[in-house]
Amino acid sequence: MTPVSYRAAFSLIVKRDLMIAFRHRDDIINPLLFFIIVVTLFPLGIGPESSTLSRIAPGIIWVAALLATLLSLDRLFKSDHLDGSLEQMLLSPQPIFILVLAKIVAHWLLTGLPLILIAPLLAVLLHLHESSYGALMFTLLLGTPILSLLGAIGVALTVGIKKGGVLLSLLVLPLYIPVLIFATSAIDSAAMNLPYNGQLAIIAAIFFASLTLAPFAVSAALKVSTN
Amino acid sequence: MLNLNSTTQDANQTDTCLLSAVNLTCIREERMLFEQLNISISAGDIVQIEGPNGSGKTSLLRILAGLSQPYEGAVYFQTENISQQRENFHENLLYLGHLPGVKGEMTALENLEFNLNLHGINNKNAERTLAEVSLLGFEDALASHLSAGQHRRIALARLWQSRAKIWILDEPFTAIDKLGVEKLEQLFLQHADNGGCVILTTHQDLTIPPERMKKVTLAYRFY
Repeated sequence: MTPVSYRAAFSLIVKRDLMIAFRHRDDIINPLLFFIIVVTLFPLGIGPESSTLSRIAPGIIWVAALLATLLSLDRLFKSDHLDGSLEQMLLSPQPIFILVLAKIVAHWLLTGLPLILIAPLLAVLLHLHESSYGALMFTLLLGTPILSLLGAIGVALTVGIKKGGVLLSLLVLPLYIPVLIFATSAIDSAAMNLPYNGQLAIIAAIFFASLTLAPFAVSAALKVSTN
Repeated sequence: MLNLNSTTQDANQTDTCLLSAVNLTCIREERMLFEQLNISISAGDIVQIEGPNGSGKTSLLRILAGLSQPYEGAVYFQTENISQQRENFHENLLYLGHLPGVKGEMTALENLEFNLNLHGINNKNAERTLAEVSLLGFEDALASHLSAGQHRRIALARLWQSRAKIWILDEPFTAIDKLGVEKLEQLFLQHADNGGCVILTTHQDLTIPPERMKKVTLAYRFY
């Protein structure tokens, strides 16, 4: 038996998930479209006054990103659970940690990354303060992986439940709130030309904590869910 | 050798046995499916788990594969508890459940190659393996365009390439035609001759000679 290296197993799963997503494009387009629609509707509802919009821009972009991620979470394990491939992955000779991390990375590449790429364009619509763009990008870059990592725990816990959608939101949204608070506060500070390293450092700390711990929690949750 | 409801010591003493279950008790939905079940399966065994619907066949197979936890008791691979040696046990295990684990968005060949790669098997012969399960010509067809029987065949194709000693197969013949069943039975016999073991459930009559088959019968319990 030639053991598969961790790296090979990791890239195997990432490639597979990306391939499936690209053949089933709705899954990628849906959260992104949601993000764009929510952000573009706000100026229509509130009015085009730039001072109001630039005041609420960080909040709108982050709340929309958060809800868009929540919308896409179901894809992470649900379809694999329904067709039995999740079972096969749990039975593979690789550590579940690696497989779970690979699935989360693929999820982030398909939802988090497109959000980051489109966010600066939408920020223009909301008259985001010029000096805030750097902060917006940094917080999204560090923050969206947290959304995927923490969300995966919620999905893993609810994957065995037929209609777990409401439960998933209740489980996951409270965990997202610290990220939302520190991210918007960082962007606000940047708008006032104040340093925002502190908030960024806290988001980075949450990111590394969830990167190292979430895959273990997800593995344990999956074992319980498939029991 | 195979003991059903024998004493604990028996199951522990046999060193040659590949997989053994000691004092398994399984409770589902407040109903006891089986109690104090002892099974030991050695190289060369083909074991059929029998019983009516709802008697706990699938639950037993899932416990043996380590997917479910028993209420009581433990499963041993060779001499060590399977939960203590997950990766080693999984290298020697091939489990196919009710669900074939085939992705509709991938082609037949991609599905097989992924499954082989995930279990550390070189996928050079994947196309030839698909020919073994009569899927030649369907390599590049998306699995969502194939039938239920063909999905099952994609999943079963792994058997031809498998180096795992323990095969646990839950209803492997579902949606498979007669010729396919015969071919699988030949493969099971060959696998048993090569020092492997097969544990399966099926409601079909098999053509494997009775002296090669061992049966474990689970009764439906109402309490």
